[in-house]
Amino acid sequence: MDMAVSDQSILSNEQKPLAIEARGLVKRFDGTLAVGGVDLEVPEGAIYGVLGPNGAGKTTTLRMLLGIIDPDEGVRRVFGYDQPHDIGRLIGYLPEERGLYPAMKSIEAIAFMGALRGLPLAEGRVRGLELLERHGLGHAAERQIRQLSKGMAQTVQLLGTLVHQPRLVVLDEPFSGLDAINQGKLEGMIRALADDGVTVIFSTHVIHHAERLCEGVAIIAGGEVPYAGSVEAARDRIPAQVRLETRAREGGWTAALPDDTRRTGDFFTFSLPDSGIEPLLRTLIEGEAGILSLSIERAGLHDAFVHIAGEAAARQLEVDAAGGEQS
Amino acid sequence: MSNFDQAAIAAKPRLSYFQAAWVVARRDFVAVLFSRAFLFFLIGPLFPVLIGGLAGSIGKTTSQQAVSVEIGLAMSAADNAAMEAAAETLRPQLGGASPVLKRVPEAESSAEFDARAFLDTGGRSYVAILTGTLEEPKLVGTQSQVDRWKGRIELLAATASASAPSRYPDAASEIVVSSGASDRYSRVRTAQAAQMVLFLLTILLGGMVLSNLAEEKGNKIIEILAAALPMDAVFMGKLFAMLGVSFVGIAVWGTTGWAFWAVAEDAIVTVTQTNFRELPGPAIGWPMFIALGIIYFSMAYLLLGSLFLTIGAMASSVREVQTMSMPVTMLQIMVFFLSAANIGQTGTPLELTSVVFPLSSPFAMMARAALEETLWTHAVALVWQAFAVFILIKGGSTLFRKRVMKSGPGGVKRRRFWQRKPQAAEPAE
Repeated sequence: MDMAVSDQSILSNEQKPLAIEARGLVKRFDGTLAVGGVDLEVPEGAIYGVLGPNGAGKTTTLRMLLGIIDPDEGVRRVFGYDQPHDIGRLIGYLPEERGLYPAMKSIEAIAFMGALRGLPLAEGRVRGLELLERHGLGHAAERQIRQLSKGMAQTVQLLGTLVHQPRLVVLDEPFSGLDAINQGKLEGMIRALADDGVTVIFSTHVIHHAERLCEGVAIIAGGEVPYAGSVEAARDRIPAQVRLETRAREGGWTAALPDDTRRTGDFFTFSLPDSGIEPLLRTLIEGEAGILSLSIERAGLHDAFVHIAGEAAARQLEVDAAGGEQS
Repeated sequence: MSNFDQAAIAAKPRLSYFQAAWVVARRDFVAVLFSRAFLFFLIGPLFPVLIGGLAGSIGKTTSQQAVSVEIGLAMSAADNAAMEAAAETLRPQLGGASPVLKRVPEAESSAEFDARAFLDTGGRSYVAILTGTLEEPKLVGTQSQVDRWKGRIELLAATASASAPSRYPDAASEIVVSSGASDRYSRVRTAQAAQMVLFLLTILLGGMVLSNLAEEKGNKIIEILAAALPMDAVFMGKLFAMLGVSFVGIAVWGTTGWAFWAVAEDAIVTVTQTNFRELPGPAIGWPMFIALGIIYFSMAYLLLGSLFLTIGAMASSVREVQTMSMPVTMLQIMVFFLSAANIGQTGTPLELTSVVFPLSSPFAMMARAALEETLWTHAVALVWQAFAVFILIKGGSTLFRKRVMKSGPGGVKRRRFWQRKPQAAEPAE
């Protein structure tokens, strides 16, 4: 990678220049509010997730960021440009609805997608063949798209998205329709892109993908973004949960347990006190509670999502994820 | 990414409008040209021409038999000979109007020959039979044939009996190439023919554009194009690709037509009742007329094409496009009639309307090219038409982005005004 990117790699996300910046994006279709006031900041080189159930406004948000549609209100900037088409060569986009010309050969499809982003066709063919071979599809280079399996066609489209070596890759529901093995491969590709300094933003309704991959996440529900920031900060919105098992069931020490303590069988569960666990531990020992086990668990992104977007959105997210896995 | 790539991209982070249109046009042109469907598309219009040619050559033979102008001679042998001699004498004066006289063998061999009965039973191929004497000739035939030939037979009989002048004075003649009235009248035929050709080509080829974007939506490739390039560049590229394909079609059909004309000119003239060689020269001359014809075809195609592209883009399926094709075809026909009705009425309000209205303008100006020598009007019309193409493409692509590029498969369904809720929080994907 070039020097500029190397220099940036030592910067924290807060210090890096923004690849995407959106302020108050609003979009209505026929008077119906599709997206109402989205704010986003995606630093260069980050992997960023847009997390929400189907119908939340993820695709509309991404389309506004890409300039496919214009927002009714608000401002979007991609690498500082108001019109993303003005820097089309820097962007790669994989839409949710996969589509390629059925009669086109794989190699030609990749080269054509590169040409749309300014890569000469001949160069696109060379790079396309390289990419196909690297991903075990060299044998399919001269085969028509209609002759490929769904998974192979999706891979070809993804390679077409990357062939011109963009600096920003936007993937709309990239994991949907992929089996577990291909999902793993895709996660690897996303990480490799980020390692090369490429900014990746993807939408998903599967929390695990966002949790495993993303540094930053925007939680979107009902067309609004109640949270946008780092995954860590999202998780930190919920205090860590302490799970305590004691030999004694009663005693003076129980008065020292926090107010939100719940008892389930032999276990006490409560939020980690602001003062930390040490003062409570001392009280438990002095009160002879007989600590059998104690664990402190940080909240997961799922818990954070429930906390931020609400139970209803979380349930919808689970339904969507289950549906996505079935498909 | 190499430093060279970085530098090149930093210097030029996007394709220019024309480069973007070119990428789309090149793909579409090659894809259509090398598809099997295009081969059928090319061959399709040749079938009627081929069948027409065959029918023409058969028709020519049949019509030659059917339109025989032989008049049977059933007079005495001397009178028959005198009539034949008179026909030869008057041939220079009568030319093509001279009847073809043939002796009826049946009459020569039978003194009881009945001309009426002979014709009733078929009478070979005579249109009428001449009996009687030179002084009292009698023409037997149907009313129309008798009315047609009576005067000329009387003239021949008079000449044969030497009761008419034996010497006819030579009328001196001076030939002029044309007259103003006849020129204008004749050029109207050229204008009509040119408009008709323009119309047929546009209606035949314009339909290809109608389903273009519906197919793109079906392939779901449209979002990739819309994300990478400005939508008006995509529209422009698709239009020019289809125009290029149309020119390939025209070249193939034109070459085939020319070859067909070369081998079957007579048949074509017989069938069409039109000798294209005799089409009067247009006012601006053939080379300029043909050049303008190509340009006006391009303009007509781009104007209607941009409209069709927009309409087709609004359709959600190829079936919807097919449903829409009828009103679109009717629109084309109306536009054609508007122009055709005003041929030769240069400067009238209606003619000016057809010149100014963008969709009929190429047809109206094509007629003007045949009738008027003025060239600057064409320059103005072409600028106006190009501007209209630009506006239609811009409007169509804006409409496409607003109406079609909504979220989810097929977008959000439009609600009727009575169904709308002003602030309903119903987000789209």
